[in-house]
Amino acid sequence: MPHPPIPGPIEAAARATPAPLARKVRGLSDRAIAWIFVAPTIFLLLAINIFPLIWTVRLSFTNYAANRPNREVEWVGLRNYTRILTDEGTWATMQTTAHFLIWTIVLQVVIGFTLAWLINRKFKGNDLLTTLIVLPMMLSPAVVGNFWTFLYQPQIGLVNYMVELLTGTPASSFSMLGPGGLAPWSIIIVDTWMWTPFVMLICLAGLRSIPDYIYEAAEVDRASKWRQFWTITVPMVLPFLMLAVLFRGIENFKMFDMVNLLTGGGPGNETLLTSIDLKREAFEKWRTGYSSAYAIILFVTVFGLASIYVKALNKVKER
Amino acid sequence: MKRTILAASAAISLAWAAQANAQANELTLCWAAWDPANALVELSKDFEAQTGTKMKFEFVPWPNFADRILNELNSGGQLCDLLIGDSQWIGGAAENNWYVRLNDFFDAEGISMDDFAPATVYAYSTWPKGEPNYYALPAMGDANGWFYRKDWFARDDIRAAFQETTGRELGEPKTQKELLEIAQFFQGREIDGKTVYGASIFTERGSEGITMGATGALYAWGFKYENTPGSYDMEGAVNSPEAVEALEFYKELYKTGTPPGYDNAYMEQSLDAFKSGQVAMAMNWFAFFPGLYADPNTGGDKIDFFVNPAQNVAASTLGGQGISVVANTDNMDGALAYIKWFAQPEVQKKWWAAGGYSCHKAVLEDPNFVNTAPFAGDFLEAMGGVQDFWQEPAYAQLLLAMQERLHNYVVADKGSAQEALDGLIADWTEVFQDEGKL
Repeated sequence: MPHPPIPGPIEAAARATPAPLARKVRGLSDRAIAWIFVAPTIFLLLAINIFPLIWTVRLSFTNYAANRPNREVEWVGLRNYTRILTDEGTWATMQTTAHFLIWTIVLQVVIGFTLAWLINRKFKGNDLLTTLIVLPMMLSPAVVGNFWTFLYQPQIGLVNYMVELLTGTPASSFSMLGPGGLAPWSIIIVDTWMWTPFVMLICLAGLRSIPDYIYEAAEVDRASKWRQFWTITVPMVLPFLMLAVLFRGIENFKMFDMVNLLTGGGPGNETLLTSIDLKREAFEKWRTGYSSAYAIILFVTVFGLASIYVKALNKVKER
Repeated sequence: MKRTILAASAAISLAWAAQANAQANELTLCWAAWDPANALVELSKDFEAQTGTKMKFEFVPWPNFADRILNELNSGGQLCDLLIGDSQWIGGAAENNWYVRLNDFFDAEGISMDDFAPATVYAYSTWPKGEPNYYALPAMGDANGWFYRKDWFARDDIRAAFQETTGRELGEPKTQKELLEIAQFFQGREIDGKTVYGASIFTERGSEGITMGATGALYAWGFKYENTPGSYDMEGAVNSPEAVEALEFYKELYKTGTPPGYDNAYMEQSLDAFKSGQVAMAMNWFAFFPGLYADPNTGGDKIDFFVNPAQNVAASTLGGQGISVVANTDNMDGALAYIKWFAQPEVQKKWWAAGGYSCHKAVLEDPNFVNTAPFAGDFLEAMGGVQDFWQEPAYAQLLLAMQERLHNYVVADKGSAQEALDGLIADWTEVFQDEGKL
């Protein structure tokens, strides 16, 4: 005679559930239950991501101005897109952004990898040094912006003072954030100072993931240190480096706070990045339709470039 | 249990009613955070004492003032019952129904705009410009003026050096070119063992600084926005030979007469440069002059003031604001009562005495007015020739276009003055075309 099954906690809970509800839950398929759990997230995503995106696309074809609620909104077709893409100022801003992006990434990768390579050795004070190096990236960009504004001040700033001390060039004769062509390089220096530790940490993770036995095998094969570096270290760290480049690329494409505090896009438009330009169009000039088109163009650009880059990254990882 | 619930409900209702009543007796006044705002806080204590209304204040630093307050108005917020908003906002505020049209209220209360200086009524109150539609009461007259180190100007060694260099006596400049000459004379000079510079001027890029500074020169050369007022016909006016010369002058002043690093300077930096003893002269709004005169280090007998020097014409850049009732207020009666109180001649006299710049004729036309402060006469003279930027609803686009063109030419050294002004016409034409005005 078979024994009656001993009720487990799930069965006990099911039995304790009132009959109508239990019948309803029992009647649902796994897929339906999964939908119930996922639906709030999907709803939120639609509400705060997809709907604004679609709304932005719609606005980009109008002359809507958010500060002029009583003005009639006109459908202007592709006029906003045409204006943006044929505007010399927009292309100059794109060039400034590209200059900032390329140089910050190059410098951060070279310095970050070098620091990681140097620090990936056992020596006394290694941990303390690592902590000190990563300090800048822990600061708020607003603090960094204000802090470097003082450092770059021509009359009392440390940077100009040091240049005078080392080269004899009078401190007051040049301005790092002012006219004279130095401002684009000054913002690159600050971003590199702040974010190189981030690249260093990612490279360090890559370096520490390489098993020692690979180097030991290379030693047995009498491979030189130089050859070990190029045939073991670099290829194995490359996916990590590419990831760092992706992160820094996306972050710096939308760079706003630090540069806005340092230069506000000036002098003139010398450091006017696309994000600052977009903010001005949207929330200072209140050209909502125009700035929507601008945002869509930037979105497509970043999305396209990032997609191509991620494909390349996956290929490198597969090797 | 029921009794407890009833008692709790009654207590909550009473608390809510008390709070609602308190809100009805409260007014929030929004303005920029600067010296005159502090004076208004003191002055408003009289209003509180007379009416029992509690005054609250929301003062926003100048660089964020427009962004913060225009966003507030645009989003239908109820932060401000009263607003002392910038003169350029009035077109947009009237068009978007952000401000209450005050004509009926003025008529009912016997407040006459004829009692206020005409230039201030035109600039701070009317929309469309010059039409008798009043959206504000002139509250704070202001213009861009100059101040200088009187003690340095009086020193024999400096006067002798100036005489030797320029062939004339050192004194308050009567023309823009004399001002440049004095700035260049002081530039890099050693005074009491310290290197000093000529003048601190407005060069700020982000909000309105360089436009407010450069128009001081442009207006003095005879700059006009349109050939015929209201026509938006800018070719030949905005880029006239006089305008080009004035802009070239401003750039020369910046390049040869200002302290190093002052490439993004506005009100605060101008004050800092002067108070720290770096410059012989500085431009700034008259609103700051009482505070400068009271400064223990560089005020008193060390400072004096002069109106923006003429070149072809006598003219100054207009500052200042009117006080408006925000249409969205939930305390309309209280807000109007404040305007009524503020418009009284006696209150206006106290306002001037406290450090505010009254626009009321009872103050300005008082025979003793020019003796009440060392800058009072200059203020009167400046207000007689003020000119303002566009006050169109699209003023923000117009202003930022000018900021960009001027900063690119004056500070970043890009292109010529002619190109900057030609480009400005192109920018403004596009804006007016979008507005359907061209």
